[in-house]
Amino acid sequence: MTNAITIAWTEFTPWSALSGGVLIGLAAAMFVLLNGRIAGISGVIGGLFKPAAGDVAWRAAFVVGLVGAPLTYGLFAALPLPRIDASFGALIGAGLLVGVGTRYGSGCTSGHGVCGLARLSPRSLVATAAFMGAGFATVFVTRHVFGI
Amino acid sequence: MTTVFTSLLAGLVFGLGLIVSGMANPAKVLGFLDLAGAWDPSLAFVMAGAIAVAAFAFALASQRTVSFLGAAMKVPGSRDIDRRLVIGSVLFGIGWGVAGFCPGPGLVALGMGEIKALVFVGAMLLGMGIFELIERRKQESPLRAA
Repeated sequence: MTNAITIAWTEFTPWSALSGGVLIGLAAAMFVLLNGRIAGISGVIGGLFKPAAGDVAWRAAFVVGLVGAPLTYGLFAALPLPRIDASFGALIGAGLLVGVGTRYGSGCTSGHGVCGLARLSPRSLVATAAFMGAGFATVFVTRHVFGI
Repeated sequence: MTTVFTSLLAGLVFGLGLIVSGMANPAKVLGFLDLAGAWDPSLAFVMAGAIAVAAFAFALASQRTVSFLGAAMKVPGSRDIDRRLVIGSVLFGIGWGVAGFCPGPGLVALGMGEIKALVFVGAMLLGMGIFELIERRKQESPLRAA
């Protein structure tokens, strides 16, 4: 095993990554300044499981916005298609883990990783380190130990 | 009503950001998580861009008691770093590493009509439902779980 990290220069897209990131930041900014809420996607969806009066419409609207983004993007440019290599079985296992884990840990990449870090929350820093560390370890095991 | 519209707009802009950044593509996310392979640092740039912009908004928001639309500020105040936080995040990270999907990109890929994203989102919602059932049972039980 070598210790040096090899950068995939052909895959690396710093400018589109940064500009997409800025859009995500703007969405989070808009959400906290106008709605007074954290744009944490697992939290927004999770709240739909214990519906309270006046608490459902905005959550559903956020989800509609997310799901409707490809349609909107497609009006202006050709939509880049995702590549999903995971098998159906793996997707079910991953979905269950993501669903339970994000609710148990009170957040995901958006709530902890973007919003939490942006507001310097120590809790979110720990959560982000935990899920990133687990993500790195999982990919190492699946790709380089089991060779999937 | 206004906050429902701004919520829709925030979700839409968030989703567009995920598409533009390439993060709605699990292969690209896994390229970031694969430190030992050919590493794609893009995800770090997405986070840097998002955090840089959001940090200003949260600094401004922290000085307000209501939002610019008069909504109550619902920013979490918990500072507990406990087992729930770490174990939950680790479980999430494992799932993220298996499929390359986290909740936002799963929903955006669903909007692209990807059947595999539908399977992921379905399982994710099931997982959230299971969590909710367990939490409710805990609350109803007279003996509190440790």
